[in-house]
Amino acid sequence: MSNILLIMGRELGAYMRTPSGYLIAAFALLLNALQFNSVAVGDSPQYSAIVLETFLFNAAFITEATAVLFSMRMLAEERSNGVQTLLFTSPIREGEIVIGKFLSSLVFLSIVVLLSLYLPALIFVNGKVSIGHIAGGYGGMILLGAAILAVGMLASALSPHPFVSVLVAAFFVGILELSWFIARISDPPLQDVIAHLAPVWKHYTSFRQGLIQLSDIVFYLSMIYISLLAATRVLQSQRWR
Amino acid sequence: MIVVDQVTKYYGSHPAVQDLDFRIEEGECVGFLGLNGAGKTTILRLLSCLLLPTSGRVTIRGLDAEEQPHEIRKLIGFLPDTPPVYTEMTVASYLRFAGKLRGMSGAEIKKRLPRVIDTCALRDVADQSIGTLSHGYRQRVGIAQAIVHRPALLILDEPIQGLDPVQIVEMREMIKSLRGQHTILLSTHILSEIEQTCDRILMLHRGRIAAQGSEEDLVSSHGDRSLIALEVRPGDVDVHRALNAVDEVTDIEPGDQDNGIVNLRVRARGDVREALARAVVESGAGLLRMERLSTGLEAIFVQLSKSETSDASAAVDAILGSKKSASSKGGPAKGSKVATEPAKSAEAAKPSEEAKPSGSSSDESSSSSETSEKVES
Repeated sequence: MSNILLIMGRELGAYMRTPSGYLIAAFALLLNALQFNSVAVGDSPQYSAIVLETFLFNAAFITEATAVLFSMRMLAEERSNGVQTLLFTSPIREGEIVIGKFLSSLVFLSIVVLLSLYLPALIFVNGKVSIGHIAGGYGGMILLGAAILAVGMLASALSPHPFVSVLVAAFFVGILELSWFIARISDPPLQDVIAHLAPVWKHYTSFRQGLIQLSDIVFYLSMIYISLLAATRVLQSQRWR
Repeated sequence: MIVVDQVTKYYGSHPAVQDLDFRIEEGECVGFLGLNGAGKTTILRLLSCLLLPTSGRVTIRGLDAEEQPHEIRKLIGFLPDTPPVYTEMTVASYLRFAGKLRGMSGAEIKKRLPRVIDTCALRDVADQSIGTLSHGYRQRVGIAQAIVHRPALLILDEPIQGLDPVQIVEMREMIKSLRGQHTILLSTHILSEIEQTCDRILMLHRGRIAAQGSEEDLVSSHGDRSLIALEVRPGDVDVHRALNAVDEVTDIEPGDQDNGIVNLRVRARGDVREALARAVVESGAGLLRMERLSTGLEAIFVQLSKSETSDASAAVDAILGSKKSASSKGGPAKGSKVATEPAKSAEAAKPSEEAKPSGSSSDESSSSSETSEKVES
C-alpha cells in the first residue's frame, strides 16, 4: 500500500510540474466551454434539463479523449526514456506500479473534469436543474474517465513510445464506441451483447439523465479491473522477452 | 554471493549470452569487458532480475532470480546504460524517492542522503531539477540512486559512457571509493577502466566468457606479450631468421613488401624492442621504423575484436600464439588462476551479426596503431 501511495505521489507531482498535464487540461476545458455555448445552449430556447443532458453527453466524449491522451504519460514514456529500470530493479511489484499510476492519473483527470462544473452552474442564471442531475452526470463521467484511463494503461504497457500508446488507446476506445453502431446492423442476440461494449453511447445514457444504474457501474468497474490486470501481466512478461 | 550456472539467454533466435558459468564472491569488484554486442548488458540485466535466462540458473545469496526476484531486488542497486532519472524532479527529491522505493524510512533517508550527496559530489546541484544537469552530473545522480539504500550488490552498466576525461577520472575515483562497501559489477569496453578499478576481469566475446582472472593473472599468463611492428630494409639478409633468434619472439607475421622495404609484425613475450633492434642491425639489415602496437590485455582485447573465429578460446589461443610458446618456450605460467572456456561445438557458436569482425588484416595496423606506443630513441 505504501508503495502505491509512493508511486501515486510522485506521478501526481510530475503532472503538476510538467506542461503536458496543463496542456491537456486546457484543451479539455476549452472544448467543453465551446460545446456548452454552441451545442448545448444553442440559438433556440430549450428546457434546462435538455441543455444539461446535451452538455453532459458531449463532455463525456471530451473526457474520453482526454483520458486517451493521458495514456502516454503512464508507462510508455518511462519505457522510452529508460526510467522504468529504476522501478523494475526496486522491490516493488508490477501491480503496485500500475495501480499507483492509475490512481494518480485518475486524480488529475477528476480535477480536470470537476473544473468544468462552472458550465452547468451557468444554467442556473436563466433556468433550473436539479443538483442530483449534475452530480449523477459528473459521477458517471469520472467513472467513465477511470475506465478509459485503465484501457489507456493497457495501451501504454503495450507500446514502446508515448505517441504509439495514444494511438493504441484511441484504437481500443474507438473500437468499443463503434460497437454501438455495429450492434445496429447485427442480429439478436448478438446485437445486445455488442451494444453493451460502448462506454459512452450505451453506458453513459442513464448518467446524462442523472440516473445511476448498477449495470453501468459494473461495466465501468469490470473494464477497469480487466485492463489493469492485463497491463500488470504485460509488465510482468517483460522479464521473459 | 552470485552463482551463474549454465545460463543462456536468447533474444528471439539470436543468442545474446551462452553457457555462462561463473561465481562472484562477496566484496569483489568484477569488470565485464567486451565489445559492443558481446553480451555485457544482457548479463547485468540477468543479474539485476530485469531479464530471465532462457535456460540455466542465477542465484544471488542463495535466492533464485526466477522465483524470488523481489527479495533479490532488495539487495541490488543498478545503474543502467542511461541513468534512470525523472528530469522534472530535483536531485534531492529524486534520491528521496529512490530511497523510499527501496523500502527506506523517512528518518533513514534523512540520515543517509547527505552522505550519498557528498560521495557523488552532488552538493552544488542538490536542489536543481535533473533536467538542467549535464550528462556527467546525471550519471552521478544515477550512481547516487544505486547506492542510496546501501545495496550489497552494486551493478553499473557502462558507468563512464559519454563522460569527458575529467569526469572519467572523477567517476573512477568514486567507484574506487565504493569498493569494500559493496560487491561491485561493472561493464565497459574501455580496457584502462577495468584495469584500474576491478579485482577480477571477465572477458566476454560473442556471449561467451573468453577469459577470466585478475589483471595480474591474465597478464602473467598471456598478457605480457606484445605486438611490435617493424619496418626494415633487408637487402639480402634473412631478417626472419635474425628475429627468430631472439628468445622471446613467439611469432612473426610477414607483411607487405614495397620497394625493398618489408613490414613485419612480431609477437613476443615482454617488451623486446631493444633486442629486436639489435638483432636487425647486427644482421646487417636496415631498421627504418619500430613501434609497439599494444601490450598485455590490450593485445588480447584488440585481437579478439578482429578475430574471424567465433570460438572465443580459439581466438585467445590465436592471439597468444600458444602453439609455439607451448612447444618451445614453456607456455603460460603454471599455477595461474586463469581459465579459458573449453572450445564449444562449431555450430553452437554461429557468428552473430552484432559482433562482426571489424575488418581484414589490411586495416588492422591502422586501427591498432591508435593504441600504439612509439619507440623513444
